[in-house]
Amino acid sequence: MLERLQNSRNALGLLFLLPAAVLLLLFLTYPLGLGIWLGFTDAKIGRPGEWIGLENYSFIAQDAVTQLALFNTLFYTVVASIFKFLLGLWLAVLLNKNIRFKTFFRAVILLPYIVPTALSAIAFWWIYDAQFSIISWVLMKMGLIHQYIDFLGVPWNARISVIVANIWRGVPFVAITLLAGLQTISPSYYEASAIDGATPWQQFRHVTLPLLTPIIAVVMTFSVLFTFTDFQLIYVITRGGPLNATHLMATLSFQRAISGGALGEGAAISIAMVPFLLAAIMFSYFGLQRRAWQQGGADK
Amino acid sequence: MSQFNRRKFLEGSASVAAATTLGTGASVFAPAAQAQTIAFKPEKGAKLRVLRWSRFVQGDIDQYMKNVAAFTAKTGIEVRVDNEGWEDVRPKAAVAANTGAGPDIILSTNDDANLYPDKLLDVTDLAEYLGKKYGGWYPAVHAYLKPDGKKWIGLGLGSAGSMMVYRQSQLKAAGFDAFPKTTDDFLKMAQALHAKGTPIGLALGNATGDGLWCNWLIWAFGGKLVDANNKVVIDSPETLKALEYGKQLYATFIPGTLSWLDPNNNKAFLDGQISATNNGISIYYAAKNSTDPKVKEMAADIQHASFPVGPVGQPTESHLFFNQMVMKYTKYPQAAKEFLRFMMEWEQFDPWLTGAGGYVAAPLAAYEKSSIWTSDPKNLPYRDAVKNLRPAGYAGKLGYASAGAGADFIVVNMVAEAISGSKTPKEAMERAQKRAERYYKV
Repeated sequence: MLERLQNSRNALGLLFLLPAAVLLLLFLTYPLGLGIWLGFTDAKIGRPGEWIGLENYSFIAQDAVTQLALFNTLFYTVVASIFKFLLGLWLAVLLNKNIRFKTFFRAVILLPYIVPTALSAIAFWWIYDAQFSIISWVLMKMGLIHQYIDFLGVPWNARISVIVANIWRGVPFVAITLLAGLQTISPSYYEASAIDGATPWQQFRHVTLPLLTPIIAVVMTFSVLFTFTDFQLIYVITRGGPLNATHLMATLSFQRAISGGALGEGAAISIAMVPFLLAAIMFSYFGLQRRAWQQGGADK
Repeated sequence: MSQFNRRKFLEGSASVAAATTLGTGASVFAPAAQAQTIAFKPEKGAKLRVLRWSRFVQGDIDQYMKNVAAFTAKTGIEVRVDNEGWEDVRPKAAVAANTGAGPDIILSTNDDANLYPDKLLDVTDLAEYLGKKYGGWYPAVHAYLKPDGKKWIGLGLGSAGSMMVYRQSQLKAAGFDAFPKTTDDFLKMAQALHAKGTPIGLALGNATGDGLWCNWLIWAFGGKLVDANNKVVIDSPETLKALEYGKQLYATFIPGTLSWLDPNNNKAFLDGQISATNNGISIYYAAKNSTDPKVKEMAADIQHASFPVGPVGQPTESHLFFNQMVMKYTKYPQAAKEFLRFMMEWEQFDPWLTGAGGYVAAPLAAYEKSSIWTSDPKNLPYRDAVKNLRPAGYAGKLGYASAGAGADFIVVNMVAEAISGSKTPKEAMERAQKRAERYYKV
C-alpha cells in the first residue's frame, strides 16, 4: 500500500502540494473567511458578535463617510494609477536606451521604493506642512505666491497631495518592471522595422507596446491593487482628514474596526472593497492577458 | 452619566479634602494612612512588557525609565518598555485585547479601557489601596476606570492638560491684559489677534489630544453627545449655538488647522506663527529647555490659562486622560500589580511628575502637593486637569459606545465640518447624530 502510494504520481503530487495548501488556507483563506463572517456580525473589539445579516452593509451603503471614502478610493486609484503608468513607462523607455551612467540611474530610480513607506510619508507630511512646507517656502522666496499653500487643510488640495505622494512612491515599481519587460524584446524587431522605415513613434506604437502588453497587464493589476488598498501614506500624512476628504476604504475600515472597536462594520467596509479588486483583476485577465494573439491567433 | 454623579463627586471631593488636611511632600500621609500597606507577591521568574505612549517631553521618559530600573533592582523583575505614538497605542491595545497576546501592561489614552473591560485584570484592591493612601482618585478617574461603580478595570495615570497657551505680549498688543474668562471675550480676543496678524490656531484634524477642544466648545454652550441615559442628543439647539460660535472663531484661525494633528500647533507656536493655542505644557517645556536662544527667550512670554467659560456658566474642560491597564491574559498578574503599585507610590510618582515638568496632572489628590506645581507658577494651571476633567462621554455612561465614538472623531469632525463651512451646522449635526446612534445602539 505504502509502496503504491510512493509510486503514485497523483498521491505524491497531492502530498507535495499539501504544505503550500495548508499555508494558503491558514494565512489567506481563513482571514478572508473570518473577515466575511465578521462583516455579517456586530462583533466588537474584545467580544464576539452575533449574526446581524446585511445590517452592516445596509448601514455603510447609506453612510455618507463611507460613500465619500469609496469615491476617494476610486479617484485616488484611477488618477494615481494612470500617472504611475505614464511616468513609469516613460522612465522605463528612457532607462532602456544606451544612456551614460545607466546603471546608476537604474539604481536611483528604485530609491523611493526602498525607503520604508512610513518614512516617505513623514517626509511628505513635512513637505506639505501648512506652516513649514519647503514647496511653499521656495515659491514664496521666488515671489510666485504670497501665502503658504494649504496643501492638507483643503479637501481637494489634500486629495491631490496624497496622490502625488503615492505616485512618487509607486513609479519605481512600474518603471523597473516595465524595464524588465522591455529588455525581453529582441532588438531584431527594431532592426527589421528600422529597415522598413519605421519612425521611433511607429516602433514604439507597433513593436514596443504590443510586446509589452502582457507585462503591462500584470504590473498595472498589481499597481491598481496596491493603490486601491493603500493605507500607510494616508494614515501618516492625514489620518483621513481634512473632513474625511482623504479617507480611503482601507483607512476608514481600520478606524472603524480597530480604533473605534466596531469590528463587524470595519470588516464590512473591507469586504466591500473586494468586488472592485476582483473587477480590476478580471479586467486585466480577460481584457489584456488573454488576448488571442498571445496564443498565436489574431485579436478580434 | 450614571456613574459620574453627585455622589461620586462628593466622594471624590471628600477624599480631596482629606488629602488637603494631610500635609505635603513626605508628610502628606497621616500615620494611619502610612500604616496601610498592600503586598503583591510577584510570580517566580516574572518578566513584564509595558507598552506606553511616546513622550512629548523628554523628562517624562527619562524619569519613567529610572523608576523602571529601580523596580528591577528591587524585585529582580525584568521590565521591557515599548514606546509608541499614542495614535498607535490604541490599535495595538485593541489587537492585544482581541487576540489575548501582547504586552502585560498598557498605558493608553481616554476611555480605551471601556472598549474591552472584560479583557482587563481587576485591580480593585490596588486602586482602593492607592486611593486611600493618596487622598482619593478624582471623580473623573472613577468614571473612566470604575464604570460599574464597583470594579476597577485599570488605574489612572493622569492627564495631559489641554490648557490655553498664549503669548502674553501679543495679547497685550491686541488690547488684552489677561486671558479672557468667557467665550464672548475669547472671541473678541481671537478677532483682535487676527486683526493684529498674530492669529490663534486650534487643531481640527483627527488629533487624539488636541482635538479635544471640540468637546469644550460643544459643552460650553450646553450641547452634548448623549444625555444621562446614553441617548444621542448632539443634534440640538445648544450644539447649533456652539457651532455658530465656532464659525466665528474659525474665521480668526491661521490657515491649515483643518489638517492639524497633535504636533502641528506646537510647531506653529514655537515658530511664532500663532499667539495662542490649546496644548499640554509641552510647548512651554520645549521653549524653556531649548538650545535656540530665540525660542528660549519666548518662554518668558508664554502663559497658560483655563479655557473660557461658556453660556452654561461652569468650566467644561476636556483633557487627554491616561490610564494603565493590566491585560487579563498576563502570566504575571501579581508582578504587574506590584509594578504599578511601585510606580504610583510617592517616592517614584512625584519625581516622575517633576521630571515630566507638569506635562501630566496626577489622578490622585495628594499629588496636588507636588512641588512641580509651585516651583514655577506657570505650571500651576495644569495641576487640576484631572480634578476638573469632564469625561469625553459626558453626560452619559462611559463604555464601548463612548470609547468608539471618541475614537471615530465624531465630535471633532462635526465641528470641523460646520465651522469650516464644508457643511451647514445643521447638516453636520445630523451626520454626527446618525453616526453616534450607531455606536450607542449597543
